Amino acid sequence: MSQAELAIESVAEAHSTGAHGAGVMEESPFAIPSSKLVMWLFIISDACTFGAMLFAYGYLRNSAADWPQVFERASIWNSLLMTFILVSTSLTILFAVKAAQSEDRAGAFRWTMITAAGGILFILLHIREWLSLIGQGARLFQNPWGAPMFGAAFFSITGLHMAHVVGGVIALTVVGLSYRAGRYAARHIEIWALYWHFVDLVWMFVVPLVYLLNMKR
Amino acid sequence: MSQTSASGNMTSTYFVYGAILLIAIVQVIAAMAMGPSLWRMLLLAIIQAYLAVMFFMHLRDEKPTLRLALIPGTLFVLVMMNMIWADSFRLAVMKPFAK
Repeated sequence: MSQAELAIESVAEAHSTGAHGAGVMEESPFAIPSSKLVMWLFIISDACTFGAMLFAYGYLRNSAADWPQVFERASIWNSLLMTFILVSTSLTILFAVKAAQSEDRAGAFRWTMITAAGGILFILLHIREWLSLIGQGARLFQNPWGAPMFGAAFFSITGLHMAHVVGGVIALTVVGLSYRAGRYAARHIEIWALYWHFVDLVWMFVVPLVYLLNMKR
Repeated sequence: MSQTSASGNMTSTYFVYGAILLIAIVQVIAAMAMGPSLWRMLLLAIIQAYLAVMFFMHLRDEKPTLRLALIPGTLFVLVMMNMIWADSFRLAVMKPFAK
């Protein structure tokens, strides 16, 4: 048997015994499991996507002389309430991770579901905001206030963010149920907690740039 | 896996939670009282994001190689996106129907 065949066999053996190539493969330079690294890579690529959307919005806003400033104080307070809910769910998902790492399956499930419920509340408040703007005449490419691209910019940025929240709620529910049933490990909750924090982080830029800059004065 | 994430002291987590909320409130009140300033709000949002990434996402507990692999590349891409501003000012100032 050649040296290469021996190496392949020993790697396969290490994998089959659950040793993950210990002693054969080089240690990960990041000291995290590949699934967590993949989530980090997804997060930075998604950060660039949101960055591109916010820059495109800035481009449109900057080049339009009559960019609408439509958000009443009620909308601003609503966005602050949504911030409070989203940041609070970042705390509750940390409780879920802590419980999962202590092998407290019931506690981890409970905190994960509380986080998902917070996400649903956020979505409902966001839909209320959308309906209010639509009721005032805002559409994707027209509105009664000024630059016609306002609707496209607002609905695409907040819509993409809301899609992430919806995805997060579904993922957390699946992971929470599977963790309670013993099919998933604590690291799965930790990895999806990273995603949830990222959704929270994006909102921290959406509120000042989209809501506060377009506040009615 | 770095298990420092949730097994560490939760006190810093509560502090960061309060700080992020406080910054959000300051942003809103300052925008209402003084008018929205892009740079002030962007600075506050960057501070919030830093706190969230380092403490909520526990990037500060990971190996420096991971921080080095993630942060500079992302910032480079975001900084390079600033190239669009010249063209947006051209539209605002130099377009044929501009006054």
